[in-house]
Amino acid sequence: MVEWTDFERDTIKDIFSRIKYDVVGPAAFARCLVVYPWTQRYFGGFGNLDNAAAIKGNPMVSKHGTTIIQGLDRAVKNMDDIENTYTELSVLHSEKLHVDPDNFKLLADCLTIVVAAQLGKEFTGEVQAAFQKFLAVVVSSLGRQYH
Amino acid sequence: MSLSDKDKSAVKALWSKINKSADVIGDDAVSRMIVVYPQTKTYFAHWPDLTPGSIHIKAHGKKVMGGIALAVSKIDDLKAGLSDLSEQHAFKLRVDPANFKILNHCIMVVISSMFPKDFTPEAHVSLDKFLSAVALALAEKYR
Repeated sequence: MVEWTDFERDTIKDIFSRIKYDVVGPAAFARCLVVYPWTQRYFGGFGNLDNAAAIKGNPMVSKHGTTIIQGLDRAVKNMDDIENTYTELSVLHSEKLHVDPDNFKLLADCLTIVVAAQLGKEFTGEVQAAFQKFLAVVVSSLGRQYH
Repeated sequence: MSLSDKDKSAVKALWSKINKSADVIGDDAVSRMIVVYPQTKTYFAHWPDLTPGSIHIKAHGKKVMGGIALAVSKIDDLKAGLSDLSEQHAFKLRVDPANFKILNHCIMVVISSMFPKDFTPEAHVSLDKFLSAVALALAEKYR
């Protein structure tokens, strides 16, 4: 089980209460598709992903970005048991979607960059450490059911 | 994943916007790295003060960004341009190259927090490629 300090708990809840899900989710996901273009392999049915402008304006990308961050919200609401909360999601990503789990880290890094842009000076080193610890637990839980 | 002309232009354009803040960026990036990745402290055991914002961290941040500035000016041949720095890192400092990725990430987080409008996804991908190429050039002489 993961041990969270009060600071870490408060920081995670604070970040997620402040960010706009329908802005940050789409922005982070679109950024991932631009910065790490090989991740586009999982989204063949998403239409035009030809360049950054197309990706940013693509409604399926926006919708999926929001879906992703709503998935993260479940982890925020169950910080003491992210592993079990994500069992089905992990099976889904492994058995049905066949996503290489290394990709989760790439998306996590893009999310960190986008949240840093949103919070500016308030995204201190300590806040970043808490946020990245949370994302590392999420990433690990998503990869747990792979075999 | 070599740098295209588009990447080089993007890096130079971003650098021209942020280079006046290079010292601040370096200070924040190194401070942040020590806090977020405590294992990196092992390279700085000789500093009496490792608290974020200390004079040692400020000086080191300035040094790192000086290296980045050099890399921008030698963007067409990073291997040759960073050859001396590579020798220094390989034989004197012996920093495990995995840490270059860590510091690069911290630099980009700082740039994103300070220049959110300029650090677009397009700028991000070019800078990421550039910093990865810098890391490779720095590790050139390791073995």
